[in-house]
Amino acid sequence: MLDALLAFSEAKLGPLWGPALYELVTSLFFIICITAPLMGAVAYLTLWERKLIGWMQIRIGPNRVGPLGLLQPVADGMKLFFKEIISPSQANTGLFFLAPVMSLMPALAAWAVVPFAPEVVLADVNAGLLYLMGLTSLGVYGVIIAGWASNSKYAFLGAMRSAAQMVSYEIAMGFSLVVVLMVSGSLNLSDIVNGQGKGTFAGMGLNFLSWNWLPLLPIMVVYFVSGVAETNRAPFDVVEGESEIVAGHMVEYSGMAFALFFLAEYMNMWLVSVLTVIMFLGGWQAPIDSAVLNWMPPIGWLLIKMFCVVSLFLWFRATFPRYRYDQIMRLGWKIFIPVTLVWLVLVGAWMQTPYSLWK
Amino acid sequence: MFFEAATFYFFAAVLLVAAVAVVTARNPVHSALFLVLAFFTASAIWMLLRAEFLAITLVLVYVGAVMVLFLFVVMMLDINLERLREGFWSYLPLGATVGILMAAEMVLVLGGRYFDIMLPRPKDYGAAYSNTKELGRLLYTDYMFAFELAAVVLLVAIVAAIALTLRHRKDTKNQDPSAQVRVRAADRVRIVSIPSEDGR
Repeated sequence: MLDALLAFSEAKLGPLWGPALYELVTSLFFIICITAPLMGAVAYLTLWERKLIGWMQIRIGPNRVGPLGLLQPVADGMKLFFKEIISPSQANTGLFFLAPVMSLMPALAAWAVVPFAPEVVLADVNAGLLYLMGLTSLGVYGVIIAGWASNSKYAFLGAMRSAAQMVSYEIAMGFSLVVVLMVSGSLNLSDIVNGQGKGTFAGMGLNFLSWNWLPLLPIMVVYFVSGVAETNRAPFDVVEGESEIVAGHMVEYSGMAFALFFLAEYMNMWLVSVLTVIMFLGGWQAPIDSAVLNWMPPIGWLLIKMFCVVSLFLWFRATFPRYRYDQIMRLGWKIFIPVTLVWLVLVGAWMQTPYSLWK
Repeated sequence: MFFEAATFYFFAAVLLVAAVAVVTARNPVHSALFLVLAFFTASAIWMLLRAEFLAITLVLVYVGAVMVLFLFVVMMLDINLERLREGFWSYLPLGATVGILMAAEMVLVLGGRYFDIMLPRPKDYGAAYSNTKELGRLLYTDYMFAFELAAVVLLVAIVAAIALTLRHRKDTKNQDPSAQVRVRAADRVRIVSIPSEDGR
């Protein structure tokens, strides 16, 4: 069908503009195909968060709006949409409104290289992992700019905390990605997933024992916990720290401007989950190679795994008390970075022995 | 080809505007943010030259880490703009000399053919060609010693920076996390059984 569309476009507009317009229209269409369900996922993640934490605390959670509270995200969205956006009197208006966009943009753009199933990816680039690292490192700007442009001490303190925290955990995250890159021998995310479907256990049909999580268990833990810290989620949410600095960089924002920060945070949670699944939990592969499980389409497995991993975020939030700031820094610099460095050398040495799992 | 040229001129224009704004912006935070924009567009231009590894590394290192720390510092400084602008005319001769020198060097580099920037297009090796792999192969084989030497120089710089700033103050209160973890309930809680008054 796409070929027919290309031919039609070329016939109508000529060889120069035809393919260009075709690229533009199809890209836009695919982008919408990714972002629209993503927005829905973000909206319903907020409901799932409140429900799950409610159940964990022996409450019911939201149950008033719609059946089982299922329309709650819609109601929240409507409320935020119709609220007035107030900018503080001495705020730097341009930057103040740029900040929410800056935090949402990288969270959205990163999804371009995420493979959802074999061959189902918007941009199948060779430097996919690098691209992700580069884009996720931009997320901190939204927070910093928001904190500074709000002209408020609480917001500024939040921004300072987040700048330090996000830059610190990026290092540990980068090192864990380097280990994954080393064992897969590719920066392409589809290749990373395909590389996990090979090995002794995969040959026996037990795919889930061949995935990276088993040989790289410490790296996966480091990556996921760093991901929690990068998204500023509990127990690393000193950036927002309601009890000390109200809501950090978001204090002065209202209405849709606030909602954009909120969207960015939840979208980053989904992103960290999907990356954990792709790099350590075999992406779209079924856990056991059997006819019954293969009946499910690959994207179904990816979504199930993503859902389980994203629920871990909520479980953490319901379980752990907030870390003190010096404890966060100690965990990042003195524990995670040495652990990843040692494991990097270990895995490198392991790969050179005859017992290497990755050939 | 047309599309590529249009993209190049767009990024080049943004890069130039951002670079000029770094110098002319009155607010130092705005200057730093314009520098971020300049880095970002420069990386986009490198991407056009099919140097995707360098382009993304530029974003990762300079935009993602270095400029964040820059902003961190600039935002916390209490900069008096009036005082900064006081010495403008006295510094102008020196500044202008350096500026003209740099402009002259750039003209010499571009020199050969007058303003002819139509360099040969980089070869298109197809989608399977990995820039990163080629770069890694060169760095770790042909340029091994230079690369290792650069790493050692960086390590020395890190150690020196830490040695210069690390001071042990007597009056800070530190907590020893391992001691905190090792604490057992028996160390801190004493359970006593107190008989109630009527002896039950």
